[in-house]
Amino acid sequence: MVAVLPLTLRAATLRRRGQVLVGPVDLTIGPGGITAVIGPNGSGKTSLLRMMHGLERLTSGSLDWSLPPATARTRQSYVFQRPVVLRRSVLANLAYPLRLRGVPPATAEARARAIATTFELTALLDQPAPSLSGGELQRLALARALVTEPEVLFADEPCAALDGRATRQIERHLLAAADGGTRLVMSTHDMGQARRIATDVVFLLHGRVHESGPAAAFFDAPQTPQARAFLNGDIVE
Amino acid sequence: MIRALLLALLLPLSAQADTLRMAVTTSFENSGLAEVLLPRIAADTGVEVQLVVVGTGQALRLGAAGDVDAVLVHARAAEEAFVAEGHAPYRRPIMYNDFVLVGPASDPADLARATDAADALARIAATRAPFVSRGDDSGTHQAELALWNAAGITPDGPWYRPVGAGMGAALNTAVGMGAYVLADRASWLNFGNRGGMAIAFEGDPALFNQYSFLPIDPARHPTVNAPAAAVVESWLTSDTARQVIDGYRVAGQQLFTFNAE
Amino acid sequence: MTDLLAGLREALRLIVTLDADLIEITARSLQVTLTALLIACAIGLPLGGWLAVRRFRFRRAVIAVLNALIGLPPVVVGLVVYLLLSRSGPLGVLGLLFTPTAMIIAQVVIITPLIASIAHQAMRDLWADYHDLLISMNATRWQRVTTLLIDGRRALLTAALAGFGRAIGEVGAIMIVGGNIDGATRVLTTAIALETGRGNFALAVGLGLILITIALLVSGASHWALRTERRSLW
Repeated sequence: MVAVLPLTLRAATLRRRGQVLVGPVDLTIGPGGITAVIGPNGSGKTSLLRMMHGLERLTSGSLDWSLPPATARTRQSYVFQRPVVLRRSVLANLAYPLRLRGVPPATAEARARAIATTFELTALLDQPAPSLSGGELQRLALARALVTEPEVLFADEPCAALDGRATRQIERHLLAAADGGTRLVMSTHDMGQARRIATDVVFLLHGRVHESGPAAAFFDAPQTPQARAFLNGDIVE
Repeated sequence: MIRALLLALLLPLSAQADTLRMAVTTSFENSGLAEVLLPRIAADTGVEVQLVVVGTGQALRLGAAGDVDAVLVHARAAEEAFVAEGHAPYRRPIMYNDFVLVGPASDPADLARATDAADALARIAATRAPFVSRGDDSGTHQAELALWNAAGITPDGPWYRPVGAGMGAALNTAVGMGAYVLADRASWLNFGNRGGMAIAFEGDPALFNQYSFLPIDPARHPTVNAPAAAVVESWLTSDTARQVIDGYRVAGQQLFTFNAE
Repeated sequence: MTDLLAGLREALRLIVTLDADLIEITARSLQVTLTALLIACAIGLPLGGWLAVRRFRFRRAVIAVLNALIGLPPVVVGLVVYLLLSRSGPLGVLGLLFTPTAMIIAQVVIITPLIASIAHQAMRDLWADYHDLLISMNATRWQRVTTLLIDGRRALLTAALAGFGRAIGEVGAIMIVGGNIDGATRVLTTAIALETGRGNFALAVGLGLILITIALLVSGASHWALRTERRSLW
């Protein structure tokens, strides 16, 4: 199978009502690893992820996968900061993306049950998804995003509202997915989380990539005063 | 009951085989004569007559459009125009009933001494006694206007009250106001809420209300069931029809007089 | 008051004696209304979903027209359908006037805008929830609409019941296109109108009570069916 990566952004810009939300951004996402998109509130983390996933249309610049856009769209998934679930059972939620792709019901159900085992959702399969707790919802959203075995997974603050135990569970699943060959691009405001699991870091400021590179190098020796201030917990304007 | 409902739901939607669709006026339907006539027609001729009950104007429109096979109405001028326009080859008089002038028992306009219908109306106009008019362009309303016209009076003024409603509603209004009103005898006899009202004038041939049968011309509307119309017409003009129509009674009174030739 | 009590007695008498005429016109009422409802739902529900999902230039105008059509007097619908189906009208050759089919057509015209409008409102809220997810999952337009229809089924049932209520109680339009012919196109509502005109108030009220009972039964049955569904659809 021809890989969908690398993803290349050139002067990619997103504006709404004349205001720049993100960009111009030049960035290449190559195969393998976990990229953490970090930066202060309002720096454009969510907008960048949505733009890369195709939920927002570029105002200017270019965004290219190594495959045609229509094919690329089928090889990626997205986990929203506030999990969105269908008003159906957990099982139906897990099978849904497969059914959209025309997978027969029996096969879809089998794969849904398999991933439910991995994500410890088996006991919840027959429950209506909207009745789950926050941690369960996020596990379901992540499992549903991974059931199609995407090459790229975008995750927007996947642990934003979770307690320590749920966060640890989600991180374990994220790492397992990355080990399984899925390229992860996630935003986070939790620097501890970024240090724990990221291989690369993109530091956004005012909608632009202020600094980027391997996670270890970034956290050990940030190159810019703003990145240093941010990592120190100062307010960066 | 449920099984009967299900069975009926599964029945086909279409109508039966030999049927005649006939547009008739509300006053005819309200007289109750149809409930006696139609079963006899079906038994004698095998034709099921389906009545579409509407106002006179709408009945003639349905006929002109070819949506019914025949029309049975009581509005001579309109019928003659209908024939002249070629919708029906002729009009065949079948029977008549009559209109009565109903008013308060005290009879303030002294209709008891009226010599004919024109005189009765003249007395109402002269005393300015309240008068309720249907005002809905129905056959009864047209008959009322023709009577005023024949009396040489243009009814106008606060005493003349067109209500724009059906016969029952007009009678109710007249009772409420203690007014005179023109009604067909059948409606009056069947009317429950008479209050202090009674028939104030009746019997003038000018008050006769002729019903005519008009078959729709198959040359103009090939889809009409002309054979069934012919069968029903010949039954309606037969001696059997004479016995049924003349023998029909409401509250002991004869309503219709057969006069087909 | 006496007329109402007499109406109650009359209704009980008709039901207890399984009055043949009553069964016939009740069955025809249900046949006409349920057929019209089925057709109107097949048009109105996807239309409502489509209007919620699709952004196009005249969307607001279409929704405004839809809401205006809800207020259309049934008599006007009846008259227009009559003019179309009349032997002298453009569809006269079909010979549908004064048949239950003509009544179904009129009812479909009357209740489809109502069903589409209620469905649209419900679907719009659901779509606000689902929008990003379904776009992200690359759902086709048709898949988006069907997902909304399935997950919004409770709201859609409400829309269908509103349509049913309006159709089963409708009299103006079906009187014109059906003709209220005894044994062919007479239904509960036109029979009620007829008996009112004849002054048989007790019988008219009795038929009205039966009509309300049927509406209650249908509403109750559909809510019960939805509550007892064991497994969600997919």
